[in-house]
Amino acid sequence: MITLYRVLLATALLGLWYLGSATGVLSPLFFGRPEKIAAQVVEWFVTGEIWPHLAVTIAETLMAFASGTIGGVLAGLWLGLSPRSLAVLDPFIKAANAMPRVILAPIFAMWFGLGMGSKVALGFTLVFFIVFFNVLQGVREVSPVVLNGTRMLGANCVQLLRHVYLPAAMSWVFSSLHISVGMAFVGAVIAEYLGSASGVGYLILQAQGVFDVDAVFAGIAVLTACALMLDAIVTIAESRLLVWQPRADIPRDS
Amino acid sequence: MAALEFTDAVVRYGAATILGGATLSVETGAFVSIVGPTGCGKSTLLNLAAGLLAPSAGSVRSLGVEVSGVNRKAGYLFQGDSLMPWRNARDNVAAGPQFAGVPLGEARRQADVWLERVGLHGAGNKYPHQLSGGMRKRAQLAQTLVMDPPILLMDEPFSALDVQTRLMMENELLALWAGSGGPRKTVLFITHDLEEAISLSDRVVVLSAGPSTRPIAAFDIDLPRPRDVAEIRHTHAFQEAHARIWDVLRDEVLKTYRRNVAA
Repeated sequence: MITLYRVLLATALLGLWYLGSATGVLSPLFFGRPEKIAAQVVEWFVTGEIWPHLAVTIAETLMAFASGTIGGVLAGLWLGLSPRSLAVLDPFIKAANAMPRVILAPIFAMWFGLGMGSKVALGFTLVFFIVFFNVLQGVREVSPVVLNGTRMLGANCVQLLRHVYLPAAMSWVFSSLHISVGMAFVGAVIAEYLGSASGVGYLILQAQGVFDVDAVFAGIAVLTACALMLDAIVTIAESRLLVWQPRADIPRDS
Repeated sequence: MAALEFTDAVVRYGAATILGGATLSVETGAFVSIVGPTGCGKSTLLNLAAGLLAPSAGSVRSLGVEVSGVNRKAGYLFQGDSLMPWRNARDNVAAGPQFAGVPLGEARRQADVWLERVGLHGAGNKYPHQLSGGMRKRAQLAQTLVMDPPILLMDEPFSALDVQTRLMMENELLALWAGSGGPRKTVLFITHDLEEAISLSDRVVVLSAGPSTRPIAAFDIDLPRPRDVAEIRHTHAFQEAHARIWDVLRDEVLKTYRRNVAA
């Protein structure tokens, strides 16, 4: 039933858009035409023109996600376990996080060129802070009872880090996985859009340059589908990795 | 040689004195309970014995050695959940041997033996959140006992359980303690429940009301073993012991009560 409503709603919206652009109420120059957008998407995939661009965008996303997560986990563990360093660095971290980081894209383009490096760098700055703050929180909220219990079982410092702090922090990292993967994607696309030689963001930039609004919308459609697929993969990974966490929908024995 | 020896142990937090010169000796192989009013610093005493806390003054010795850092001869059964939520029951129990360098396969085999002994046969693959409160306590008990510590420190371990589960766990604890084969473990058991203390112990120590808590009286419990904790409460000897100890404990409880009401 819900699915039916969804289909009806989508059909209605697309239908209105189609009618509006066909009759000229919505200017096709600015709003595009749904049938032409669809044709553009099909053409990209049929000719295979889109694949190299999509591959570049996804590769940038994955690299930004991986580097941002590793960096965030390391920094979060370090500062979570060293209150003194955290106290010193706190204002700097706040400033760096408050800065609108998208504006760094031109600087990264100068530093790392127009290739993938500058895209990964922007995605890194977006992912890093999300993961960092989550790990920091995770380390601070480790149950003191679990910590003392593990110490009483004879765990040394390295074992505490490996078997208590890291798993506790990772549960917070996983809970923010949707946001950080999304941010890695956003970083990659925006950096492409601001200057690049390949990627879906680059396709959109090219299309905009020649006022091909249908191709701009087609690019947006491909990006949206891609983001939804990434999100679905994250959902699957999450349910595999967090089996130990209580879920509201599974009642426990009592 | 005493398993645990507190000599004028003082614990201060800033200006507050939690423990004020506690002197107490727990002989090897004895089951000793500590009772006292709520919030008087019972857990502080236990944390000293565990080495999780260092005394501000005085000394704590365990089996003839000064406690500094975590006391490796002691196992600790906490009031709260000390199981690692990201490990299933088997791997939680296997944790201690694993930290000590036992290969994981062998550690898990030992864990299975102990899960069986505490009545958690077949629950090894469950995560803590999938276990009931009683089952989690059993898992914690197995996690502690797999290390075979000569000293067991227990901080109101059963206080969160319902009455029936609690009586069962108490009997099982006594059975595990009496029937472990080797020399008997020394148990230092903290509770606010006087009946629990008497039915389990060889000796009951009463702590004064805080602040600046210290032991003020000790009573030997000469009830025959093996005991059934549910039935022994109806015996004349039990009730006599209860009356004697309550006589001392009541005043301390009242002091705490009045202070809390005034605050």
